[in-house]
Amino acid sequence: MLRTLLSDDLPRSRPLAALLALIVLALALAPFLFPGIRSLNTAATICIFIVLVASYDLLLGYTGIVSFAHTMFFGIGAYGVAIALKATPGDWGAVALGGAVGLAVAVALAFVIGLFALRVQAIFFAMVTLAVASAFLILASQLSGLTGGEDGLTYQVPRVLTPAFTLTDERILGVRMDGRLVGYYLLFAAAIALVLVMLRVVNSPFGRVLQAIRENQFRAEALGYRTAAYRTAATCLSAGAAALAGILMALWQKYTGPDTTLSLSIMIDILLMVVIGGMGTVYGAVVGATIFVLAKNYLQVLMAAAATSVAHLPLLAKLISPERWLLWLGLLFILSVYFFPTGIVGRLRGRG
Amino acid sequence: MSGDTAETGSIPVPPLKERLLARLPYWIVPALALAGLVLIGDPSTWGTLTLAGLAMGMLIFIMASGLTLVFGLMDVLNFGHGAFISIGAFVGASVLLALGGWTGSGSAVLTLAAVLLAIAAAMVATGGIGWFFERVIVKPVYGAHLKQILVTMGGLIVAEELIHLIWGPNQIPLPRPEMLKGSSVLGDVVIERYRLLAVVLGAVIFAALRWALVSTKLGLLIRAGVENGEMVEALGYRIRRLFVLVFVAGSALAGLGGVMWGLYDEIITAQMGLNILVLVFIVVIIGGLGSVEGCFIGALLVGLMANYTGFLAPKVALGSNILLMIVILMWRPRGLLPAGKG
Amino acid sequence: MAEPLLRLSGVHTHIGRYHILQGVDLVVPEGELTMLLGRNGAGKTTTLRTIMGLWRASAGTLEFAGNDLGPLATPDIARLGVGYVPENMGVFAGLTVRENMTLAARERVLDRARLDWIFSLFPALTKFWALPAGHLSGGQKQMLSIARAMIEPRRLILIDEPSKGLAPAIVDALIQAMLELKRTATTILMVEQNFRMAQALGDSVAVMDDGRVVHSGRMAALAADSALQARLLGLSLGAHQ
Repeated sequence: MLRTLLSDDLPRSRPLAALLALIVLALALAPFLFPGIRSLNTAATICIFIVLVASYDLLLGYTGIVSFAHTMFFGIGAYGVAIALKATPGDWGAVALGGAVGLAVAVALAFVIGLFALRVQAIFFAMVTLAVASAFLILASQLSGLTGGEDGLTYQVPRVLTPAFTLTDERILGVRMDGRLVGYYLLFAAAIALVLVMLRVVNSPFGRVLQAIRENQFRAEALGYRTAAYRTAATCLSAGAAALAGILMALWQKYTGPDTTLSLSIMIDILLMVVIGGMGTVYGAVVGATIFVLAKNYLQVLMAAAATSVAHLPLLAKLISPERWLLWLGLLFILSVYFFPTGIVGRLRGRG
Repeated sequence: MSGDTAETGSIPVPPLKERLLARLPYWIVPALALAGLVLIGDPSTWGTLTLAGLAMGMLIFIMASGLTLVFGLMDVLNFGHGAFISIGAFVGASVLLALGGWTGSGSAVLTLAAVLLAIAAAMVATGGIGWFFERVIVKPVYGAHLKQILVTMGGLIVAEELIHLIWGPNQIPLPRPEMLKGSSVLGDVVIERYRLLAVVLGAVIFAALRWALVSTKLGLLIRAGVENGEMVEALGYRIRRLFVLVFVAGSALAGLGGVMWGLYDEIITAQMGLNILVLVFIVVIIGGLGSVEGCFIGALLVGLMANYTGFLAPKVALGSNILLMIVILMWRPRGLLPAGKG
Repeated sequence: MAEPLLRLSGVHTHIGRYHILQGVDLVVPEGELTMLLGRNGAGKTTTLRTIMGLWRASAGTLEFAGNDLGPLATPDIARLGVGYVPENMGVFAGLTVRENMTLAARERVLDRARLDWIFSLFPALTKFWALPAGHLSGGQKQMLSIARAMIEPRRLILIDEPSKGLAPAIVDALIQAMLELKRTATTILMVEQNFRMAQALGDSVAVMDDGRVVHSGRMAALAADSALQARLLGLSLGAHQ
């Protein structure tokens, strides 16, 4: 039954299976194992990014398309819900409508971009998506009437998801059974579901064609596949999943702004996660997102401590100061591309 | 061209229509300028904006020319190009600020010396880093576009962080030298001195690049290599050696552009490279990969477009350039003057 | 038969996952024109490209005038005196005819005497001398491509399907030019589908199928034996006029 659930795409490696099981378990029991708002937030962020990175892997790892517009779709989904909830606070109908509109816009935009990619070289596509995403970011910052501009939007989510709502008055294992818990498990369930769906997609005949296209587009064409259609479909699917991740983000954070959804640094983070985790393996997204978010939240604390302890060596202190976190990650990223092109997952599976 | 009929005795000249069509891309720039005049209405405002647009375009051209040649010749997509722009700006700025006495003096000689030193420092720094970048980061991933994008992007991130490390987290204001401040007025048109300098510099560099490409053996090799690198190798040239040269030259040009841009904006940040990179990409795509001429036209178009829409409808300034790119790609999917591979 | 200038032994070439050359044994005698024939997909172009170093042989040896071509890079192979006229002609469309020739000569100055000889064979080139090569017709491009291989004395010239897509009248002109080239005793290895051209020019012949050389011998013998032709080349190539 596990095989069917995972669409026959097993971890194929004991260490990897153990790691994945650990991650899933930890996330499932996070509110109880790691009580506190901060850790719950970290866990929720991991769930959201797992979906976001897995959807990006569909495009990058499986279809071989580099796009910088992923955060744009993420943002569209988030803003859809945010704008709707701003207008009618706390209303599930607003969530549904906003989410649906966001999803539709994201997929439609992806479709247009995908169509466009047919006419130009693959290499142009990366540049074009960078340009479009930058323009969208600026647009969102400037339409402040609608999007709250640079400051973003804060809004009320449906009561069920707020701490004001209580399932029962008892505490289980010392944890309050409130809306935040409900929200978290909604997120967790959605993340699991979406990952399973993505496993299904990449292991389907459709997914195999995508991989064939990634390997050798000309040969795929010669075999009779309309590669353009497949790549467009992959772009739309990926964008849709990103928008869904955005919806989840909007619901959890109760805030949506350009810095949390559209910024290029998030796009870079996604790239880092997918490469370090392992491209072309949905599990890479799970592993990569977990490690990255954990590191970002907790490693910086470590770095700060380390920096103070070597304060007498100014250059060293500067190098390991927590603000330079991205420097090390960037180096790790470069090294990964060269030496661990299959990422952590690939390493665990025993391939270089 | 078709027709394998027997050769005639005269030199066949393509019909006038065909010749004009081939030159069509060159006409777009004046056409856009004209459209701008119509939409803006007031000739003096238009004059000011056009000069600003040309200046901006020239600066972008300087930065983009290296990228387009690198891509055309080496088939390498270098996102790290943005790093060269930023680093050039910071190095040049450091020199200029250190020589503040010279630039503040208003003396032509001292100002020129300071600016030249700043430019030289920037170009040497970015040229050197470019050499390192090519040998260490890019060379291992020749031919693998996906990895190139990722790796050079990583390089860009690391470079940005290194800038923060060396120069601190903040923006650095970069005032123009006294001599280059201010403007003259011609009729009602405001002519900023610095913008004029930018236009002149850009034109000079374009002319120099073009001369090098057309009249030197090296340029010949580069043009041929952009078209068909394999064949150049089959003729006995070790074209790989050329790669490093072109990459370093491109990086140095990016550094030069960075300094000039810093003076244009009068402020420099670690992110400026990435921000400008978006415009550079648009220009390179519009112009056609590998074509210096196409790049030139594209840059002028983008510069004009940005300034006209900046005046007419500021919120859609960047979007207008993307629209321009899309329209041109619909017309010519490989850019205006692709130096074509196949 | 003369001494072999080029000898391939057991050459395998893989392109990606595809095993194109599966043990090619080929001997190209010096001073002659060897024809490489075979159906589409037999591996003829791959053989030429492997010799030229554009694709690496995964196994086997390639010996050229005492040099092992295996580890050499394409420019170094070219510098040993190997000229290459590819299937798509490899003409630089943005460069003028003159620039194309200048590049091929590798010296800045073109040898006047040689150039005159080439012009006598390909008069069209004089007319287009200062025009971009992209303006040339298909046949003229082919001539330019061959002219580029001739501007310097070469020990071996590899030519890939020169007659492809050309009208019969042009093919005739090509044959004349090639005969003239043969008079200089340059060693030539030519891939051709046009049997008329093959017959007119070939001294030796090698036939490929499925990545191997399945027949080699004298062209005269093959031309005289239609049964052998039918068996090797699929149909009687008398039809390929």
